[in-house]
Amino acid sequence: MSGVHIAPPEMQPKDFAFTAENLEKAKAIIAKYPAGRQRSATMPLLDLAQRQHNGWVPMAAIRTIGEMLGVPEIRVLEVASFYTMYNLAPVGKHFVQVCTTTPCWLRGSDKVVEACEKHLGVKCGDTTADGQFTLIEVECLGACVNAPMMQIGDDYYEDLDAESTGKVLDALKRGEKPKVGPQNGRQTSAPLGGPTTLTTFNPPAGNAPVGGDD
Amino acid sequence: MPKLTVDGIEVTVEPGTTVLQACELAGKEIPRFCYHERLSIAGNCRMCLVEQEKAPKPIASCAMPAADGMVIKTDTPLVKKAREGVMEFLLINHPLDCPICDQGGECDLQDQSVGYGKGGSRYDENKRAVKDKYMGPLVATTMTRCIHCTRCVRFATEVAGVPELGAIGRGEDMQITTYLEKAFSSELSGNVIDLCPVGALTSKPYAFTARSWELRKTDSIDAMDALGSNIRVDARGPEVMRILPRLNEDVNEEWISDKTRFAYDGLKRRRLDRPYVRVNGKLQEASWNEAFAAIAKGLKGLKGEQIAAIAGDMACAESMLALKDLLAALGSANVECRQDGAKVDPAHRASYLFNSTIAGIDQADAILIVGSDPRHEAAVLNARIRKRFLRGNVKIAVIGEKLDLTYRYEHLGSGPAVLKAIADGQHAFAEALKGAQNPMIILGQGALARPDGDVVLGLAWQVADRCGLVKDGWNGFNVLHTAAARVAGLDLGFTSAGNVDGILTGAQSQAIKAVYLLGADEINTANLGAAFVIYQGSHGDAGAKRADVILPGAAYTEKDAVWVNTEGRVQLGRRAAAPPGEAREDWAIIRALSEVLGHKLPYDNQAALRRRMLEVAPHFSAVDRVTPAAWGVFGVNGMPNDTAFQSPIGDFYLTNPIARASATMAECSSIARGETLAMTGSDD
Repeated sequence: MSGVHIAPPEMQPKDFAFTAENLEKAKAIIAKYPAGRQRSATMPLLDLAQRQHNGWVPMAAIRTIGEMLGVPEIRVLEVASFYTMYNLAPVGKHFVQVCTTTPCWLRGSDKVVEACEKHLGVKCGDTTADGQFTLIEVECLGACVNAPMMQIGDDYYEDLDAESTGKVLDALKRGEKPKVGPQNGRQTSAPLGGPTTLTTFNPPAGNAPVGGDD
Repeated sequence: MPKLTVDGIEVTVEPGTTVLQACELAGKEIPRFCYHERLSIAGNCRMCLVEQEKAPKPIASCAMPAADGMVIKTDTPLVKKAREGVMEFLLINHPLDCPICDQGGECDLQDQSVGYGKGGSRYDENKRAVKDKYMGPLVATTMTRCIHCTRCVRFATEVAGVPELGAIGRGEDMQITTYLEKAFSSELSGNVIDLCPVGALTSKPYAFTARSWELRKTDSIDAMDALGSNIRVDARGPEVMRILPRLNEDVNEEWISDKTRFAYDGLKRRRLDRPYVRVNGKLQEASWNEAFAAIAKGLKGLKGEQIAAIAGDMACAESMLALKDLLAALGSANVECRQDGAKVDPAHRASYLFNSTIAGIDQADAILIVGSDPRHEAAVLNARIRKRFLRGNVKIAVIGEKLDLTYRYEHLGSGPAVLKAIADGQHAFAEALKGAQNPMIILGQGALARPDGDVVLGLAWQVADRCGLVKDGWNGFNVLHTAAARVAGLDLGFTSAGNVDGILTGAQSQAIKAVYLLGADEINTANLGAAFVIYQGSHGDAGAKRADVILPGAAYTEKDAVWVNTEGRVQLGRRAAAPPGEAREDWAIIRALSEVLGHKLPYDNQAALRRRMLEVAPHFSAVDRVTPAAWGVFGVNGMPNDTAFQSPIGDFYLTNPIARASATMAECSSIARGETLAMTGSDD
C-alpha cells in the first residue's frame, strides 16, 4: 500500500515563493476564473509550483497557494494529495513513470520495468543515489495505442522494449535529449512499416484536398 | 409541495426536503452514517439506500430531493440486500475491535451492523491500518476505525468555521487529518466526538474510564458560560465521568463548547471538602459548627450596612436568594452579583437580557457586535451567528477588538465613539440597521464592565431606539453575559446601587467590615481591605485564599438549581453527583447559618425556597421559556471616554474556578497560547 507520501519536516523548505516570472503566470491563471471562484486555480498553481520546485510540491508551497487564493491550507493539501501527479516528496531530475496497466502489460511492460531497474540500479519507487532518476510504476497514461510506454518528465517514450528503454535512459544519463515518441520507428500511432490503407489514393489533378490546415 | 409515497404511506413535504427526511416523516427509519441534519449533504457512506420505483438502481436517499409522485420503498429485499452490501464494504477495513473501543455501546456502526448487516464478511485479505493522528488534547483518534463519513470535516468547515480538518489521499489511502497534525483550534472541537459515528474520534480525557451503560445520566444545565447549554452529566458513583450536550433548538442546538464538555475534571481537584477557619493567620480545618461559630463571632456587633455579599459567576439562583434574604435579615442591602462591575440597569429587565433570544439570531439580518468576543464568551452562540452568516444576506459589524470570529464582518472601530456616531445617525451602519427587518445589537461585557459602561449602555439604547431595533414582535437589544449566575442575580435583585466597586471601596475604607463571598473569585481580593471574609464555594481559588472562614459548597453538577441564561430563560439544573466530603448544597448552608446567626430563614426545604423565589421573580415559574422583558428607557446620557472595548475573556479555557482546576483546560490553554510542551499528549 502506498499511502500519501509527504516529505518529512526536515526535508521541507521553510518558505516558498513563486519566481517573478511564475508569479505573473499565476496571476494570469487566477484571472481566468470569475471573482469568488479563485479556488479553481488551485490545481494549475500546484502544477506551477511543482515545476518551479524541482518536480515536487513542498508544504510551504501549499501554504503559499492557500494564502494566494484565500483557501484553507487543508483544502489545498486535499487536492494535492488526491491527485497522483502532484509529488509531495522530492523526486529525481528525471521522473520516470512506467505504465503497467493491462494494455502496456500485455505488450511487455514488465520487460520495460526490468530494463529501467537494471539501468538505473533502483527498484520502483526509489530514486538513484545521484538524484538523477526516480522510477515509479503508474496506471494508464492514455497512450495504449503505442504500448508499452513510459513518461519521463513531460515526454512520452512509446513502443518500448528492453533495448530501446535502455537507450533512452542512457541518453538521459549522458545529458542528451532522446527523441520523444515511438522508439521503434513508427510514425506517431500509424502502423509500423508505413500505411496499410489508402495506399492507392491519388487526388484528382486540380482538386484541392478535402479539409485543410485552417 | 411534493407528495410522495413511502412504503404505501403518503407524505407531503416542503420543497427541498430529501427522500431520507420524507421517509422519516413517514415514520421509517433509514440507517445513515454520513448524513447529519446540521451538516451539508455528502452522500458518501451509501448506507441510506432505498428503492425508488422506476429507478434503475437503489438511490441514496440523503442526497435525493423528494419529488412529486415518487414511490419509495424501504423494506424490500433489494433494499435489504443493498444495506447488507454497504455494511459489508464498510466493515472491510474496520478493525471490529469493539471490546477495546470507547465508542462500544453507543456506536452507530455497531448498532446498524446489528440492525442492517449480514453478520459475516467474505473479505479474507489484510485490513488496512492507518496511523493515528494528533488532534490536540481533547480528541483521541483511532483512525483505523474511520469509515470516512467526513462528518468531522464538514463540522469543522461549516459549523465551527475552523477549516483545519480534511481528507487527504484518495480511495483506500484516504485519511482524515488536521493540517500538519496540529491541534484542532476550535472552541467547539469536542463536538466531533459526538458526530463521529464510529470510534475513530473519541474523548481523550474520558478514554478507557467508563462504559456508556455503567453511567448514571442526569439532564442538567451548564454553568461555564451564560448560554445555559443543555447538558447531560454522566456520572458513576460520586464521580462525573463526562458531559455531553442535550438537544435544545432554542439554546445550544446540539453543540457545547469544549469548556462545557471537558472542564469536569476540575470538579475533582482543588475542592473545598470541609469547612476551614483562619486561626492566627492560617486556615485550619474545622467542623461546620466551629465555622458557623467563627462567622457568628466575626459578625458580632456589626451593623447591617457594615456587611456585604458578592455572588460569583457560578452561583445558583437559590443560593443568591437565600443569601440576599439573610443579609436583608441582618439589615444589609449590600449585595452584588456583578463581579466585573457591568453597568446594566437592574431596574430594567430589558437592559440586561439577550432580548432577541438565541434562536432569534436565525432571523436577524443586521448584527452589530459591540465590545464582545462571542467566539470566546459564548462559543455555541457564535456558531449560531456563523450559521446565520453562511445563509447570506446579513450585515455583521463589530465595534471592539478585531478578532477572528469565524465569519466575515465589517470592523467599524474599537471604541465607543463609533457607537455614538451610529446613535447620532452619522455613521453608515445606522442606515443598515434602519433598513433591516430584524436588526440586532449585541452588547458584550467588554462594553459594559468599564467606568463609562452606563454611558455605553445609554448609547446602545439610543441605537436601539433610533435605528428601529425594537418593534412589534422583535427586540433587537441584546446583552451577552459571560457569567451563568448573572441574569438570575439581576432578576432576583442581587444588586446594590454602588455596584461591586461600592462594596470594595467600602471594604477598603472600613465602612464595610464583613464580606460574604458566594463563590466570588473574579474580584481582586486585595481590595477587600481588612474586612472579615466568609467564602462559600466549591473550589480553593482566589476567594478561598483570602477567606477567614470557608464554607464548602456544591459545584453546578452537585445541586438541584435554577439557572437563568443570558436571554432570561429559566432552566433547571439537576444534581448528578453528591458534593465531596462535608460540602453541602449552597442554599442549605446559608439556611443553616441563618439559624446560628439568629435570623432563621423561613424555608426548610428547596420547594419552600422556590416558592419564595416566585414571589420575588414571578417569571421564574416559566421554566425552559423566555419571558419577554418590557422595553423602557435606561442608560446614562453623556460622553463616553474613548478607550477601546476589550473582551473580559482573557483565556477562554480558564474563566472560572472549575476550569482553572482542570488539567485538561490547562493543557488546552497552554496550546492555545502557543506553548509546545503540551505536545506530549500525542503519545497516548
